[in-house]
Amino acid sequence: MASIKGSRRRGLALHVPLVVGTLISAFPFYWAVIMSTHSSSEIFSYPPKLLPGTHFLENVRNLFHAIDFFGSMWNSLLVAVSVTFLVLLFDSLAAFVFAKFEFPGKGVLFGLLMVIFMVPAQLSVIPQFVVMAKIGWIGSMTALIVPAAANAFGIFWMRQYMKTAIHDELLDASRLDGANFLRQYWHVALPVVRPGLAFLGIFTFMGQWNDFAWPLISLTNPDNVTLQVALSQLNGTHGTTDYGIVMTGALLALVPLLIVFAIGAKQIIGDLSKGAVRG
Amino acid sequence: MAVVEQSPPVVAHRPAPTGPRKGWRKYWHLYAAISPFYLIFLAFGLFPVGFSLYLSFHRWDGLGSMEWAGLSQYQYLLGDSDFWASIGNTVIIWALATFPMILLAMVTAVMLNSAVRFKSVYRIAYFLPSVTSVVAVAIVFGSIFSTNSGVVNAVLHGLGIDQVAWLNTPWGIKVTIAALMTWQWTGYNAIIFLAGLQTVPGELYEAARMDGAGPVQTFFKITLPLLRPTLLFVLVVSTVTGLQSFSEPQVLLQTSSNDSTFAGGPGHSGQTMVLYFFQQTFDNNDFGYGAAVAWGIFLVVVLFSIINWRLVQRRGD
Repeated sequence: MASIKGSRRRGLALHVPLVVGTLISAFPFYWAVIMSTHSSSEIFSYPPKLLPGTHFLENVRNLFHAIDFFGSMWNSLLVAVSVTFLVLLFDSLAAFVFAKFEFPGKGVLFGLLMVIFMVPAQLSVIPQFVVMAKIGWIGSMTALIVPAAANAFGIFWMRQYMKTAIHDELLDASRLDGANFLRQYWHVALPVVRPGLAFLGIFTFMGQWNDFAWPLISLTNPDNVTLQVALSQLNGTHGTTDYGIVMTGALLALVPLLIVFAIGAKQIIGDLSKGAVRG
Repeated sequence: MAVVEQSPPVVAHRPAPTGPRKGWRKYWHLYAAISPFYLIFLAFGLFPVGFSLYLSFHRWDGLGSMEWAGLSQYQYLLGDSDFWASIGNTVIIWALATFPMILLAMVTAVMLNSAVRFKSVYRIAYFLPSVTSVVAVAIVFGSIFSTNSGVVNAVLHGLGIDQVAWLNTPWGIKVTIAALMTWQWTGYNAIIFLAGLQTVPGELYEAARMDGAGPVQTFFKITLPLLRPTLLFVLVVSTVTGLQSFSEPQVLLQTSSNDSTFAGGPGHSGQTMVLYFFQQTFDNNDFGYGAAVAWGIFLVVVLFSIINWRLVQRRGD
């Protein structure tokens, strides 16, 4: 009896702070939902509203009027999907080579990769801007897609993953069957590392979807931007006048991300818990 | 039968004995496979770093011709009180966010690591903030911390405490930005710590309990020392990303400054180093000085990472 009581008390002592933490994690989402259902004047009245109002559809209509929501969402989707595809292709190819083959210059090339990994983004912002302006990419989504396609972290991470996941005996056997490099990559390596690709893909997609600083600078045409930049424009121009619209925009911009997270949550948290990120 | 002996190993351990042309023919597919990365990197990675170094020794507005400036950009940088102020802002915000965050993340991880029900629900709930976009989150936090209509001030009012002008006072701005970062990354780091905790063998805790160690003693004597590699990882990542914060102050404060959307609010008290870099470069069109500022930021980040590394490493000795 005493031990059951003790463990129950211990369980409660754990659950109370954990539930409080969950509520704090969830509150900003709840707040965004509530704000998106109120008119601006209701939002600015005191005390703050904590229950849903009736202005959600009106806010959505005004939002679509204020910014090209679906146009910028399409841009975000285009960038995130393209970059994810290119990163998965380039990084898995390069990682396969670095993990399983020997060739002259390998050490130097891989060392270079690790240095690139550590160079901070600001150092390349100005020259990248200048180069892009010269070749006419400024203002277009190409300016976001191409530089992001080279992802040193992804190669490093995939290499660690492939080293243990792909068995040398499998490669030897496929080689005996006459498989060339590309067939080995496609039929031996890729099927084995699919979970790793899923992890890298989800992370790349979310990172691109949320990227802000470089799109803000390089997308110079205000009518052709990604969702995050459009949101920030909305906050800049309407921030003081209509909070209901801004909050509705912030909320709707989260939806695609939450869908991707819902699909990949198990994978992401599972891999993180196993320490995958530490390589 | 002699399959294994016949097969040439896939992994070529020895360099090709023949001439370089033969070697190239032998390995070309490997070079081709890694070439997309290195080509893009050459154009948008290596060249930019070299070019930004070159730029930092020049005066350039991005349009006209470049003018050799020698070390004068760096000389100006050393005496630039606005840059030093931005370093101070960045470090204060970073410290306000990072230390509570690491402490909370560790405590959360320890709680999640004990046999608790609904573990997967908690993990998802705690991880969720880290996948949301900073822009959307900053907009929401701007509303939560709003002086007149925000929920934080309403709670303070309910407790009989005076309202705080969160986004209009030097400390209010910094606390708000730090609160946003803490909210967004505590759960993520808790999951990382949890991964580290799961490598600690259960027998160790069992032995500690047999020896009569309480939970606090167990934490400091067993958990913390074994978590040090994870702590190091979390601290270094938090330092590198935290010292380069840009989106949080930019979105939160873009409308509350009159002179520039990169100014960081009233009195520039939320202007981080990277915000200052963007202001100098793209608002003032001072590409040469911007490049010097970027190198200054790089040095500060490297310095702080080394200090953190040393502190955490030494504690164990």
